[in-house]
Amino acid sequence: MSDVLAYAELRGSQLRGVARETVTGARRLADELGGDVHVVSVGPPGSGEEVASLADYGADRIFTAEDGEFGAYHPDALVRAFQYLADQEEYAAILFPASARGKDLAPRVAARLGRGLATEITDLEVEDGEPVVTRPTYADKAYARVGFTESPALMSIRPNVFIPEESQGSGEHEELEVDADPVRTRVSPVETSEEGKLDVAEASQVVSGGRGMQGPDNWSLLEDLVDALGPGTALGASRAVVDAGWRPHAEQVGQTGKVVSPNLYVAVGISGAIQHLAGMRTSNVIVAINKDPEAPIFDVADYGIIGDLFEVVPELTEEIRKIRGDGG
Amino acid sequence: MNIIVCVKRVPDSGTRVRVTGDGRGIDTSGVKYVVNPYDEFAVEEAIQIREERGEGQVTALCLGPDEAEEQLRNALAMGADDAVLLEAEPPMDGLTVARELAAELEDRDFDLLLFGKQAIDDDNMQVPPMVAEILGLPCATVVVDLDVEDGRAVARREVEGGHEMVELELPAVVSTQKGLNEPRYADLKGIMAAKKKPLEKKEVELAEASTELLSMREPEEGTDGEIVGEGAEAAPELARRLHEEAKVL
Repeated sequence: MSDVLAYAELRGSQLRGVARETVTGARRLADELGGDVHVVSVGPPGSGEEVASLADYGADRIFTAEDGEFGAYHPDALVRAFQYLADQEEYAAILFPASARGKDLAPRVAARLGRGLATEITDLEVEDGEPVVTRPTYADKAYARVGFTESPALMSIRPNVFIPEESQGSGEHEELEVDADPVRTRVSPVETSEEGKLDVAEASQVVSGGRGMQGPDNWSLLEDLVDALGPGTALGASRAVVDAGWRPHAEQVGQTGKVVSPNLYVAVGISGAIQHLAGMRTSNVIVAINKDPEAPIFDVADYGIIGDLFEVVPELTEEIRKIRGDGG
Repeated sequence: MNIIVCVKRVPDSGTRVRVTGDGRGIDTSGVKYVVNPYDEFAVEEAIQIREERGEGQVTALCLGPDEAEEQLRNALAMGADDAVLLEAEPPMDGLTVARELAAELEDRDFDLLLFGKQAIDDDNMQVPPMVAEILGLPCATVVVDLDVEDGRAVARREVEGGHEMVELELPAVVSTQKGLNEPRYADLKGIMAAKKKPLEKKEVELAEASTELLSMREPEEGTDGEIVGEGAEAAPELARRLHEEAKVL
C-alpha cells in the first residue's frame, strides 16, 4: 500500500497548472513510500490526451473518464471516480490541489471514503512509513503537523508550493467508465471575468495595493508594474481597499481573503495589518513600498523603500522593464 | 422555509496567535472570541431569505463549548429564531465535526443548510461539503450570490479568475463567501429579544478523529529584510537587487 493517487484538474479540456503541482507532490510522496503515482481526470471528450502528458511529471498510471457532460465541474461523477479507484487500489494517499475546485471536491471524496483530509498543506514527509503533513491554521499565524489514523490519507496542496518537476513516469493510459448520472450538484462551465486573468492565489508574482493608493482611479500605476513583471503576475489588494469598494474581493489578500505564497510579493501602500501579513508572509521574496517607516509591513519585507509610492512605483516599473527587456 | 445556519466560535481575526509550550494548541488566555466572520454572511442570508418570503424559521446550530452560547446569542440577536448548541470542544478534524453535525441534522427538517465557507481558526474548509456528502445533499461552496426559489436554488460561486453557476434541488447545502451580503449589526432590541429566544443545549460524544494533530508551531520569525533606500532614487538599486541577489526578475 504505497501508491499515491493525484487529481488532474481540468478547466474545459485544458489541464490547469495546479495539476502538475499535484502530480509533483504525489511523485515526491510515492518515491519515499516506494510506490507508483496514479492520476485521475474526469473531462470532456479529447481531454484524456492532455492528461496523459502528466507522465512527464511522474505519472505511472493515468485514468481518464470522458463524457460530453464533463466539460464543466461535475462533483458527483468525480466522487464516483475516486470511490471506484479507491475500492480497486489500496492507496496510501490521495492528493488534490487546494484550488477552488480542489477545496470543494476533496471534502466530498473524504466524506464518501470516510477518511481524514488535511487542507492546503505546505509540506509533506514520511514518518514510519506514513504520510505526515504540515498545514497552516489561523491564516498562517500557526502551522500544524498532522498525521492520519487510516489510509488513504487525503490532502490538498497549496498552489505555488510544490513547484512542478519533470520526472518520467511509465504513463500507462487507461480509460475509466464513470456515470454522468445521477447529478445532485449541477455546475455550469466557468465564466471568466476577464479573459485569461490570473487568480492572485495562483500567481507567481503579486503586486498588491493598499489604502496608500488613495483611490480606485490610481490602479493603472500597479497595472503597469504587473505588466512590467510579465506573465504569471496578478494584482492583489488589502482588506481596506476591498471594503472601500476600490477593488473586487477576489483580489483580497489576507485572513478574510486569499492566502498567497508567490515567488515575489510587492506590497504598495499597505501598512501591514496582522490579518494581511498572515495572508502573504510565506511569499518567497517580499518587497514593501510605504511612506511610513514604522509600517509593520517592513517587519516581514526582504526589501523596502520608504517613500511616496506615486514617485517610487513608476521608477521601479521603468527599471524592471529595462532589466527584463535586456533579456534578464 | 426552514433554514439551519451553522456557526462557530473562533478567536477574533486580530488575535496574536501563540502556540502553547507543549505545542498542542494555542494559548487562549486573553483571546477574544467572535462568531466566525464567514458565518455572519450565512446568518444574514438566512434572515434575508426569511424576510423576503415573509415566512420561515431560521435555526442557528453550533458545535462548541458551553461558552459558544455567546455566539449563538449573537446569531439570535441578528434575527435567528432559535438555536441549538452541541456541547463539545470542537476538534481540528473536519470529518469528526461533519459527522457530528450530520447526526444532528439527519432528524431535522430543513430546506437550506448554510455555513460560512471556512472557519478562520482551523481553516479546514471541509465541513460543508462533508455534511452534504454524508446526508446525500447537493452542495455549493464559496457562494457570492444565491437565488432561492420554490424547491431549488441557483448559486454563483467564486473560482480562479471567474465564477461558475451551481443549480441545487432543495434541500441543499451552501457555504457563503464575503460579497454575498452585508451582515447587519444586532441592535439593542435584537440583543434584548435574543435573551428570551429558545436555545437548546445537548452534550455530545465525539467520534474518533480521522486525522491527528501531532504538534503546532508559530511561523519562523521575520526576515533579514532591509530598507534599500528612500524615495524614487532607491528604485534602480531595488530592481538591481531583485534581479541579481533575489533572482526574482
